Amino acid sequence: MYQLLKQIVKVGIKTEAPPDTDDSLRVVSQRLKQEILGVFEGSLAIRHVDAGSCNGCELEIHMLSNPYYNIEALGMKFVASPRHADLLLVTGPVARNMEVALQRTYDAMPGPKLVVAVGDCGCTGGIFGESYASRGRVANVLAVDVSVPGCPPTPVALLQGILTAISSGAGERS
Amino acid sequence: MAFDSLPVELSELPGAVPAWQAQAGTADLQNICQAVKNQGGRLIALWGTDEQDRGEGYTLHLSLAKAEGLLWLRCALPVDQPKYPDLSPIFYNAHRMQRAARDLLGIDADAADRRPWLRHAAWRDSDRPLHRAHAAGKTFEAQDSEYAFVSVTGDGVHEIPVGPVHAGTIEPGHFRFSIVGEKVLRLEDRLGYTHKGIDKRFQGMPLADGAKLAGRVSGDSTVAYAWAYCMALESVAGITPPGRALMLRALMLERERIANHLGDLGYLGNDGGLGFGLAQFMRLKEDVLRLNAKLFGHRYLMDCIVPGGVACDLGQAGFEAINIECDTLMHDVRLLKDIYDDHAGLQDRFLTCGRLTPNTAGKLGVIGLAGRASGQAWDLRAQARPAPYDLLDARMKTHKNGDVAARVNLRFEEIFESLRLLHVLVERIAPGDIAAPLPATMSAGIGLGWAEGWRGESVVALESGADGRIRSCHAHDPSWQNWPALAFAVNGNIVPDFPLINKSFNLSYSGCDL
Ligand code: SF4
Repeated sequence: MYQLLKQIVKVGIKTEAPPDTDDSLRVVSQRLKQEILGVFEGSLAIRHVDAGSCNGCELEIHMLSNPYYNIEALGMKFVASPRHADLLLVTGPVARNMEVALQRTYDAMPGPKLVVAVGDCGCTGGIFGESYASRGRVANVLAVDVSVPGCPPTPVALLQGILTAISSGAGERS
Repeated sequence: MAFDSLPVELSELPGAVPAWQAQAGTADLQNICQAVKNQGGRLIALWGTDEQDRGEGYTLHLSLAKAEGLLWLRCALPVDQPKYPDLSPIFYNAHRMQRAARDLLGIDADAADRRPWLRHAAWRDSDRPLHRAHAAGKTFEAQDSEYAFVSVTGDGVHEIPVGPVHAGTIEPGHFRFSIVGEKVLRLEDRLGYTHKGIDKRFQGMPLADGAKLAGRVSGDSTVAYAWAYCMALESVAGITPPGRALMLRALMLERERIANHLGDLGYLGNDGGLGFGLAQFMRLKEDVLRLNAKLFGHRYLMDCIVPGGVACDLGQAGFEAINIECDTLMHDVRLLKDIYDDHAGLQDRFLTCGRLTPNTAGKLGVIGLAGRASGQAWDLRAQARPAPYDLLDARMKTHKNGDVAARVNLRFEEIFESLRLLHVLVERIAPGDIAAPLPATMSAGIGLGWAEGWRGESVVALESGADGRIRSCHAHDPSWQNWPALAFAVNGNIVPDFPLINKSFNLSYSGCDL
């Protein structure tokens, strides 16, 4: 226990992170916090669905929760049930084998709801494109509010995408 | 020669790994497989290709491995009755791959289990998406298919269906638990949800572009796949990357291993109830990714390995940064290991949980990290040792307990070994070119690539056409072998331990859904 506490103290708080990416991060996170406070009353619930990604985009979504980006401190939370979600984060080209599951997840969300398509695959179908097995971009299956390009998009780009989604007429569709 | 006692005529394939190819008839298949198995070998991959454009039928492909090298076995099947004998009684892992080959191509192993694997509802069972006659964009009529899970009956037995969409941020798949009380009697997994037609997508791609697609078969193993693909292409082209490029590739592969192991150790701590572990390890992982971005231009090193070599070089400052990072990591990870080891609550969750005995692991052909934690001593870096591992003396780590604790400890040990290797690489790397040019025109040929990624071996089998394009390419993920093992490891455990056990394997869905 002593070692554990010592390590916590020694590492300190990483969230106010060092230069380059972090200047953009700081701006994004401040605006995010305000938007979330204003529109979602302090908390934004996100449901992620992998509709057929290579799992690269998932790696970066995981990184959003690390101490550097610390999205929970911004009022964002990944939730298990679509019934609790405000925003659907979809990765990958939509594999035909996932189409029904994706649609059902979306249908299960209460309105108003937002959809953010993640990665080059989510935006355009990416390298996999459309085929007998893939429906291509997420917008071919669901109405998408914001697309975040990148292969995979960095955590900062993901935060920017989420910010854009919630600040651009959040959840007008229901 | 590794396979010389087999009743086939072998010819050696040039390239970085010792590999041979041979043609066999369907009548000999079982004998050959049995002989390889008796010699301690195993089946890696099984897939099919359509050859009707050449006036032939189909080809069934097998890749078989022994510690000394690989054998690519090809077996012609007629158009009208493309059948071959069921190989799953010899190699357990053939089972799902045979079903996948039937779904895509109609070649049939005549096995008792007639259920589809990759085909869910996107095409009918009479359709053959991998036929060359079908254009890349062709789609098929949907056909609903009920999947018959094996049902367990008895007093108090009930089922829990989970997925394809899971509670957390993970890939999709369906798990069907048959349980009594809290105890798991049987777990059956159904995958294929992320099937996006990668084999079809490869066909006709310019050879040089294939590395990008290979690097996206399973994003967390992008370095391993890109390397395996490039190795296969370099074998076809008859070129050898410069020594410096090979050293840089190994450096990237070890960094990929470290990053993934760090992330897994964090999540394993978290699933065991120690959130501290997640915060600490994810911080370390982020540091590694940031240095990757700074040195190579990509956090996960995607597209950094290119045919002929690597895409970018490192200067002295870069190597120094790596050395400093290694020292910090070595110190911090050691400290965290002590904390994990001393944490009674965590060890209580880890020890004896999700045991896969060496005996079962051997029978299932489990490989890679999960295999080594259950006494399966396979590590390409220490055995076939493709360059530059022939110069590195990588040390394989194994455990016999096969529980979550063994898979956790192995990850720690492999991080320490990879950090040591990074130091050695930085010390030994010599000046020189970072890529060898590809020949302007490439002739038709075949080549194999084999790389020990963090999860296990990635194999890429490439056939090039005379037009400088891919005729066919198949990428194989170690998860094919290891998914069935998860079901064995979970048996007899309680349902709430499943996330922990699953994470300790951390298998790829995308990698084998293709
Ligand atoms: S955008 Fe890139 S990282 Fe994301 S799923 Fe597609 S290929 Fe993978």
